[in-house]
Amino acid sequence: MEYKVTDATTGNTFMADENDSLFFAMRRKHEGPITYGCGGGGCGACKIEILDGNFEIFKKMSRAHVSEQEQDSGIVLACCVKPKSNLTLKKFSQK
Amino acid sequence: MAIVKTIRPGLIQIRVLDLDETLEFYKNVVGLDEVGRTSDGRVMLKTYDEFDHHSVVLRKAEEAGLDYVAFKVMDAETLEQIKVDTEKFGYAVEEATDEQPGFGKRYSTKLCTGHTIQFYNEVELAADYPMLKNPDPWKEEPRGMRAQRFDHLLCYGPNIAEAERYFIEVLGMFAPEVCNTEDGKRFATWLTGGNKAHDIAFVEYEQPGKMHHFAFYLQDWNDIGHAADLIGKNRVKRDVGPTRHAITRGQTIYFFEPSGNRIETYAGGYAAYPDNPQRVWDVAEVGRGLFYYEGELIPSFLSVVS
Repeated sequence: MEYKVTDATTGNTFMADENDSLFFAMRRKHEGPITYGCGGGGCGACKIEILDGNFEIFKKMSRAHVSEQEQDSGIVLACCVKPKSNLTLKKFSQK
Repeated sequence: MAIVKTIRPGLIQIRVLDLDETLEFYKNVVGLDEVGRTSDGRVMLKTYDEFDHHSVVLRKAEEAGLDYVAFKVMDAETLEQIKVDTEKFGYAVEEATDEQPGFGKRYSTKLCTGHTIQFYNEVELAADYPMLKNPDPWKEEPRGMRAQRFDHLLCYGPNIAEAERYFIEVLGMFAPEVCNTEDGKRFATWLTGGNKAHDIAFVEYEQPGKMHHFAFYLQDWNDIGHAADLIGKNRVKRDVGPTRHAITRGQTIYFFEPSGNRIETYAGGYAAYPDNPQRVWDVAEVGRGLFYYEGELIPSFLSVVS
């Protein structure tokens, strides 16, 4: 099953498979705000904010990069989450 | 060239997010052997070609990255001298108290770059070590990437010029190769205590205590290609390579293990001699220095650390 992912910053959309991490979906499609990272939840380079939609955290994320509070508010590492519905996201930026 | 004080980085403890998945990777893809577990559940590993009790320890944690690296030094006297000289240099020293089976006294200190390093002299031989009498290259055919030894690591942190001075003045190491910014400040340094091109390297970075990668030595370019095959087969997140460094001249491939720590498998490299002149890179040319075939920097390489 594929879901539509919208990059809130650019308005661009791409399809992501529910069995792929958002990170690998972005890498594969050359779409979305993230272009590189460790893919293992360790480096924090793929930190995103999910603004709308359902997702599954399937892999442990380094607490050096995502706090529990952030996780609860949809701030995650793209390499550790899979889409479970259409999603709107943007690259995380420090407020 | 005789080693003066520091023989090699002989022990590294790494934080991993998922112990089972990451351990499986180190054993079956990199090809390390599991030596055993500590009482608190850390896993000890070594390569087939190392003599000492163990060289790599995985600790399950909430963050990936480096706990510490430990250097084996020449003898007990050198160990005590390094303690005294480290304190004179201005870094506090304490005896390491965490359990490392097989290892004798270890001293621990924290560098200005935020990295914890340790020193030891005594370590028991491993239960299973390479043959000594009429030795075959290996007893059992090596698995996975056929890693031969834990070779070196690259640390990111602030004030690497001071760290370089510490390794030279206190640990008797030298820097065969360095890279400077336009205004002449140190951007990167490669340091060795013996003939290897590097035992440890540093890149100047705002955040302290970060690990860019640690490396295993492979036999040659053929084994780098074999490692690349295993990366493809196992869908490992490759970072860079196979390629060649102009800096150290090594042949290389970089990838990430399942907890996001970057590993290098490295072969070749020049023999470093302390009497040879130092090679110097301008930061504008460092892309070519690191990735000689690509001729340019790879964006993930300077900014992704654990």
